[in-house]
Amino acid sequence: MNFNSIKAIYLFELGRTWRTLFQSIASPVLSTSLYFVVFGSAIGGRMEEVGGVSYGAFIVPGLIMLTILTESVSNASFGIYLPRFTGTIYEILSAPISVAETLLGYVGAAATKSLIIGLIILATARLFVDYSVMYPLAMIGFLVLISVTFSLFGFILGIWADGFEKLQIVPMLILMPLTFLGGTFYSISMLPQAFQTVTLFNPVVYLVNGFRWTFYGQADFNISVSLGMTLMFMAICIAIISWIFKTGYRLRS
Amino acid sequence: MASIISVKGLEKTYKGGHRALKSVDLEIERGEIFALLGPNGAGKTTLIGIICGLVRKTAGTVMADGYDIEKDFRKARARIGLVPQELSADMFITVWHSVKFSRGLFGLSDNDAYLEKILRDLSLWDKKDAKIASLSGGMKRRVLIAKALSHEPSILFLDEPTAGVDVELRRDMWQMVRRLREQGVTIILTTHYIEEAEDMADRIGVINKGEIILIEDKHTLMRKLGQTEVTVGLKEPLSSVPADLSAQTGTLSTDGLTLTYVLEGENAEDQGTDLIKRLSASGLDFRTLNMSRSSLEDIFVNLVHTEHAGTGI
Repeated sequence: MNFNSIKAIYLFELGRTWRTLFQSIASPVLSTSLYFVVFGSAIGGRMEEVGGVSYGAFIVPGLIMLTILTESVSNASFGIYLPRFTGTIYEILSAPISVAETLLGYVGAAATKSLIIGLIILATARLFVDYSVMYPLAMIGFLVLISVTFSLFGFILGIWADGFEKLQIVPMLILMPLTFLGGTFYSISMLPQAFQTVTLFNPVVYLVNGFRWTFYGQADFNISVSLGMTLMFMAICIAIISWIFKTGYRLRS
Repeated sequence: MASIISVKGLEKTYKGGHRALKSVDLEIERGEIFALLGPNGAGKTTLIGIICGLVRKTAGTVMADGYDIEKDFRKARARIGLVPQELSADMFITVWHSVKFSRGLFGLSDNDAYLEKILRDLSLWDKKDAKIASLSGGMKRRVLIAKALSHEPSILFLDEPTAGVDVELRRDMWQMVRRLREQGVTIILTTHYIEEAEDMADRIGVINKGEIILIEDKHTLMRKLGQTEVTVGLKEPLSSVPADLSAQTGTLSTDGLTLTYVLEGENAEDQGTDLIKRLSASGLDFRTLNMSRSSLEDIFVNLVHTEHAGTGI
């Protein structure tokens, strides 16, 4: 392992966050706060409890998940797409570093940033709604796992994309709907039976559920199913990335 | 001298079927300045790209300082510094951060004193806190060189280093290249300014359509393929070429006022001076006298042109 290389990429990427502090942190925090104001406080006050938890508290894990997913994907995809676009990727490709080291640098930085944003939102949520976390360690663990997994996914997107539009289309057209339909704002059991079955094919459902379990100790699915699905998605992403580096897909002609 | 870079049977066929390199063999000697010349699209950048890890080879082997660029990619790449043709650098960070990042990326621990020395050598030290976006083209080029040198490579590739660089900067840059060579760094450069290769390089390779058509010591090349031209401007027109001036046949312009001799071979310059001596002894009255040696540029154009005509060399 070449720790100096990993450190260089990691700090470089986090430095980008620091330089663009406002977009990087302020905007996701602001938009999530708006959700809390509207759904948590304003509308949530008139809603029934979901599974014994007030509606405002119920949506906290889902909203954090929504932000973590979009932030991880956009950070990681942008992080690797930008050097491809500007041509500075030549330096990464000519450096004596392995796939694993490159990934640890890029994905590590993107996941770190997501994690920080997630924790900030968690703290912000406190201002609007009252919630509790039953298993704090498991909660952090899930947060890390999901940040890493979706940063890996973002990395793939950043290598696949050949224009800025594609970078935005995937989070907008695929991730957003999957997250909204993945039980961010509701429990799966509130849906008619047919929709419940369709929902089972949405991977985000398992993430939101697992994460919600760490807060309230209950969810639509067993926690091991959620964990298994997350790990599987992560394994698929790693396999695709290994293939990318092996074949040089869109990196080395 | 042992080769520092050894390329054997290197092939590259791009996805579209374009065969960019055709069984290229190339040995670069340790400590030399090697100039790779060739027209656009000849395969220069592909060749450099493969050695540096940017392009995947189709077949063949490349060894850098004794290490296979694929099997021992860490050791091979650690020894190589690359200054790319395009001015691609992260525009929003400072020169200092950029150079520091490059060193770290190549796995080395911090050495600020070394980086300071590089920046001072390249006259970049007073710009170290400037954002790269604010620098001129020539300065950006220097930053790329500083980045390439930050990990103390023993082999430096310069792909068109002086494109778009003004005369003064160019001179500075070549001074730096000479200094690096004195420190034992092997330098491989491509350039469009052939007079630069003529001025700088120890050996010259010419690549055309994916094939190395010539590798030669510069002086040998100049001697072997160079020509000396003697042009005499006469005061009175002549009706025929004087027979006794040179063993080579001269040509007379239609107005009979200009006499031209093209002298070839290794002793072309001696033939030229002999010719001038005989000319003054002959009593022919002349107004101007010009003797010129063909430049590398002439040789290069000639070579590539001959190749294009399909006659080979």
